[in-house]
Amino acid sequence: MTIEKTIDNPPRKNALVLFIHKLGSPAYFYTFAGRFIPWFWAIFLVLTAIGMYQAFFVVPADYQQGQSFRIMYLHVPAAWMSMLAYVIMAVLGFIALVWRIRVVEILAMSCAPVGAAFTAATLIAGSLWGRPTWGTYWVWDARLTSELVLLFLYLGVIGLHNAIDEPRKAARAACLLALVGAVNLPIIHYSVKWWNTLHQGSSISLLGGSSIDSSMLWPLLIMSIAVKFYFGANLLTRARVRLLEQDLRKSWVRDVVREGR
Amino acid sequence: MDHTPFIAGAYGIGAVILLWTALSPLLRKKKITQDIRRLIELEERSGDAKT
Repeated sequence: MTIEKTIDNPPRKNALVLFIHKLGSPAYFYTFAGRFIPWFWAIFLVLTAIGMYQAFFVVPADYQQGQSFRIMYLHVPAAWMSMLAYVIMAVLGFIALVWRIRVVEILAMSCAPVGAAFTAATLIAGSLWGRPTWGTYWVWDARLTSELVLLFLYLGVIGLHNAIDEPRKAARAACLLALVGAVNLPIIHYSVKWWNTLHQGSSISLLGGSSIDSSMLWPLLIMSIAVKFYFGANLLTRARVRLLEQDLRKSWVRDVVREGR
Repeated sequence: MDHTPFIAGAYGIGAVILLWTALSPLLRKKKITQDIRRLIELEERSGDAKT
């Protein structure tokens, strides 16, 4: 193809690619994300209300653990979310490092505080579940320790990001740390198989069937979907705030503030 | 053994953590928005003074 022909007929980009390019614009992303946040919160609240009602008033007590097993409806969704948040952060971190998209850097860095919150909630709820079940709040068991390492990784990413003044350099350094830390994810997942742990093995499997009764499983699935919407709403809110902070002097931010969006 | 304090503690602490994580970016946004408003006002005032 000659240069003249290329100029006359520029290669057509498909709609998805164009949309992704558009999302890379901070002003467009800010408006786009803002549309989803209220819906995500609403879905989270509705699903949490249904899940919690079932967990506390419909599901019977466990025949071995009694009432304490109800902590599972917080502990397990939070634990899954703590790992998924890290996966999302690492994938976004990789994209940010390779393609240097500022919005993606901001999204990756916004995952860390939410992921850390879920990890802390997992550890605390698990500890309070462990006392009546195992007779102890904490053991240096492979699953518990690797989940604690996950919390430290999140804190490390947050700390490194805050330690460097230039926002883009800070994001790149923290994205690199996030990528390196991803090695901990299979360790958490397989810890109960690789080592002899006090923490129980998986009761739920996507492929091999679940050992948990369906009456107990449904509220758990509802709660785990609910926390995904919490994560989505929180992530987008944080990303929008970081964009405002970084683009303080840009005209689109002034327009946003004047219009009260 | 009464399990109620453990269940209440887990959900109570979990709720506080998740509530704070949800509220903190909103508080930050409020502060940044106020700063930007102040900045716009200052710039407008200095613009008026020049003209």
